Formats: sequence, structure tokens, C-alpha cells
Amino acid sequence: MILGPIAMTFLFLQAIEKVGLTHTDIERTNTILQWAIILFIFLPISIGLMIFGFYAWKGEYDRLPESSEEL
Amino acid sequence: MSETLPKNNIFKVIGASSLGTLIEWYDFYIFGSLAVIIGHQLFPEDAGASALINTLAIFAAGFIVRPFGALVFGRLGDLIGRKYTFLLTLVLMGGSTFLIGLIPSYKSIGYAAPILVLILRLVQGLALGGEYGGAATYVAEHAPENKRGFFTSWIQTTATLGLFLSLGVIVVTKNILGTDVFGDWGWRIPFLLSIVLVVVSIYIRMKMHESPLFSKLKAEGNVSKNPLKESFNNKANFKMVLLALFGATMGQGVIWYTGQFYAQSFLENTCKLDFNDSRYILLWGIAFATPFFVIFGAWSDKVGRKWIMLSGMLLGVIFYRPIYQVFLDDTDFTRIEQSDVLSLKPATTSSVLIAGTTDSLRTISTQVFLKNGASFNEVQTDTISITKGVLPAKEVIKDKVLSKPVFWKFVGLIFFQILLVTMVYGPIAAFLVELFPTKIRYTSMSLPYHIGNGVFGGLVPFIATLIASFAGSTPLSGLWYPIGIATLSLIIGTIYLSNKKDERIND
Repeated sequence: MILGPIAMTFLFLQAIEKVGLTHTDIERTNTILQWAIILFIFLPISIGLMIFGFYAWKGEYDRLPESSEEL
Repeated sequence: MSETLPKNNIFKVIGASSLGTLIEWYDFYIFGSLAVIIGHQLFPEDAGASALINTLAIFAAGFIVRPFGALVFGRLGDLIGRKYTFLLTLVLMGGSTFLIGLIPSYKSIGYAAPILVLILRLVQGLALGGEYGGAATYVAEHAPENKRGFFTSWIQTTATLGLFLSLGVIVVTKNILGTDVFGDWGWRIPFLLSIVLVVVSIYIRMKMHESPLFSKLKAEGNVSKNPLKESFNNKANFKMVLLALFGATMGQGVIWYTGQFYAQSFLENTCKLDFNDSRYILLWGIAFATPFFVIFGAWSDKVGRKWIMLSGMLLGVIFYRPIYQVFLDDTDFTRIEQSDVLSLKPATTSSVLIAGTTDSLRTISTQVFLKNGASFNEVQTDTISITKGVLPAKEVIKDKVLSKPVFWKFVGLIFFQILLVTMVYGPIAAFLVELFPTKIRYTSMSLPYHIGNGVFGGLVPFIATLIASFAGSTPLSGLWYPIGIATLSLIIGTIYLSNKKDERIND
């Protein structure tokens, strides 16, 4: 459950740091566009991971459905 | 299930489904296999590494929209049926691939070139997002209960065979046309060829019948009215979507794309292997490993899906860094002794004027042949300035051709990585099909599959290359992305996945 927020924070910090370096030659590959793609994709997934963690923490995966009728 | 088909009919179903899926994968992968050449065509000549990364970003965009394709076409598949939905995806995929082959270069139309390719790439991603879930569902719904893993594993071979076909067509085209012509316009041929393959596949698929389970559902009036709502508004089902994603498909996706895509990118761009050598190694590895999709699929019918898939992830986590370290060590030609050199091909020199300046770039290329059969090009690109004279650059070794023993060693290492792919990927279609009920199966299984493969897996080359470009990183740093994701998935899968097979899927 806490992995989701950690992942989100890490992504934001990395994006800010790397995009800030784009004017130098060595970090020319870290453009705003590339980091925008990464954030756009992985932030919702991090929220999904948080929801998964919440369900797991509540013990909702302790017993999985035995048949599709339980879904 | 009661509607199980006779054996010869099930193989017809598998053949027709697999052919179309294979062609879709072919269409999807030629872009990645030609990333370096396409990068030169779509971006300014002085773009350097950012051209490759931007091209990989366009390549990745196709993966990113796959989950949306899964939602759009999955919904359609649960509403109007499996057959017509994946006919539509085939047309969209073939059409967009063909059009990519017609896009003018950056030199002709400027930034309109990468934008148009991006749009077509998005259509490709949407189409593929709709295709795979349909094909897997279609085959699974025709298969007998105790052989679901075996029969769906044939569909699982198509992604790898599509990659094999794309690499094969590229290598053959390049060898026929020569490097210069291929780099100039020959790279378009594999894209244009797609239209022929798609027409054949459409003809075959038109003759297919609707899935018996879906037909039964339709006859009984039980077709879902809103598959999206039923899939994701139903908490119990949504929970299973999350579990499938984080406990299985996420790890499976990074193992797939590291073994079959990043490996080739690493050999070509980091190890500076010759274009053909890097592809031949992958082709041999795929050829030897592909039968294992069916072997592990069939085995999963006996022992369950979970531990086969998770073992593949564990082995990837353990062995990726040692394997890639071997790739680096064995292609390090900077340490060779003079006594190892057999002959030198006289240096060729070429000069290009740097746009907007009076300076020029002088490239001196010397081909070196070693006694063990290996060879490489020593390339030095110096700047010739009228005011400052010659500004020498560091020598670069590229176009490395390996000696036979090292070549086969690399084939073995790629084979091992693809063997891990067969472990995680062979049983996963049956695993996903059994997780969800018929009326929302297409939608529910497609989403975690395409987020896992399309997003987590498809972004491996892009993110790993990006990480490896950070200041202070090593060439192996990019591997932390697939290793980290596979570890997380392995832990979640080990704790929460069930190894129990669902015998009944007709509910």
C-alpha cells in the first residue's frame, strides 16, 4: 500500500531532477516530453498499486474466488 | 465444457487465430527492430542519442495505448462477439503499418514525419490491444478443460514468432538491397509487405465461426450490456484485475521484453555488434526456444500455472546482470593485443560539412580482422576547423562481428532468456482466461495483460536506455528496471496468487 505513494514521489523527484539537466549536453536525452510520458503512465498505475495494497492489507486476497460465480 | 470441438477443428481454430495474431505482432515489432534507422529518418541528423530515445518513445507510445485498445475492443468483443472484433483490429493494424511505410522523412516534411508516425503507431497499439485478448479468449473457449494451457500456448507462440518474422524479413531485405539502400528507402519494404499478409489473414478469419461460449451466451440473452462497468465497477472482479496485473502480467511483461527486445537493443547499441549479428543471435535463440511455449503451456495443465510463471521471473531476477555482464566483457575489443590481429582493411575517409559553419567532420574508418574470426570497425570522427585546425575525437569501435564460439555462446544466453519468456508467457493466457467469467472475459483479461505487457514490458527498452544515459550510470544500470518490476511481481504473485486451475470457464 505504501509502495504506491513512494513510487509516485520517486517519479516526481526524478522528473524534476532530470528535466532540470536537459540544457547540458550529457543529459540531453532527459527531455520534458520523455518524463511527461513516464509520469502520465506510471502515476495512475501507482494509484492502482496503492488500491491493491489497501485490499491486500484488509485481507481481501486471503481467500480467492473458487469459481467465476463468486466474482 | 460441453461444446469442445473435435481435435482437427480445434487446430483449425488455433491456426486461423494464430495467423492473424502473428501478423499483428509482426506489424508491431518491425518498428522496434528498425528503431535506429527510423530514428535517422524521422529526426534531424544531429539529434544523436535523443533521436534513438525519441524513436523508442514513439515505439513505446504504441505500447502505452494498448490498454485503451483492450478497453475499446474488449468491450466490443463482449458486446458483438469475438470474431468480428478481431477482424476489425486486423484491418486497423495492417492499414496503419502499411501507411508507416509511406511516410516521408524529416528531410522532406520536417516534424510532421514523427507526428504522423506517432499517430499511426497509436492506431497500431489500439489494434493490438484489441487483438490478443480476443484470440486467446476465442481459442480457450474452444479448448477442452484439461488442455486449455496446451491449446492457448499456441497463441502464446505468435508474439515471439511475429518478432522472428519481423527480424527475418528485415535481415533478408537488408541483405538483398545492401546497407545503404536499406537505410535510404529499403526499410520501408517490411512495412509495405504487411498489407499482403493482412489480406491473407482476413480471408482466413472471415471463414471462422463465433466462439461457442459467446454464441450460447448470446442465444440465452446473457450478453453483458456494459462490460466495462461490469468489469471494473464490480469490486470482486476489479480486485482480480489488480491481482492479475501486479502478481502476474507486470512481471511477465518485463521478462518478455528484456529477453526478446532489450537484449537485441543492448547487443546492437551498447555492445556495438554488427546489425546482422545482433539479429542472427536473436533469431537462433527464438528458433530454439519457441517450442517451450507449448511445453510449459501443456505442463501448466498438469501442475498449475502459478509456479511455472513465478520461476521464470525468479530466474530473470537472478541471472540478468551476470548475462549482460558477459555480453559486455565478450564484446570489449579494446583489450586485444597486436598479435591477435590478422589483417587490416585500408582506412576509408569521408568528410561532411557541418551545417551553418565552415567546419567539417572527417570520418576515418578502418576494418580490423582478428585471428579468431572476429572483426570490427575502428571509426574516428575528427572535426576539421579552419581556425582551430584538427580537433581529434575518441576512436569508436563498432560493427563488431563475433568469433563463432562467442556467437554461439551469445545464442545460448539469448536462448536462456527466451526460455524464461516461455515460462512466464506460455501458461498466462490460460491463467487469465480462467480468472474471469465469459461475459466480461474479453474486457477483463485484456486490460491487465496489456498494462503488464504494453506498459511495463513495452517500456523496457525506453526506460532502460534512459536510465543507462543518466550521469554516473553503467551500461548495466538499465537492467534495474526489469529486475525491480519482476521482483515486485514475484513477491505479490507468491503471496497472493492461487495455483488452482479453474476447470469451468463457461460461466
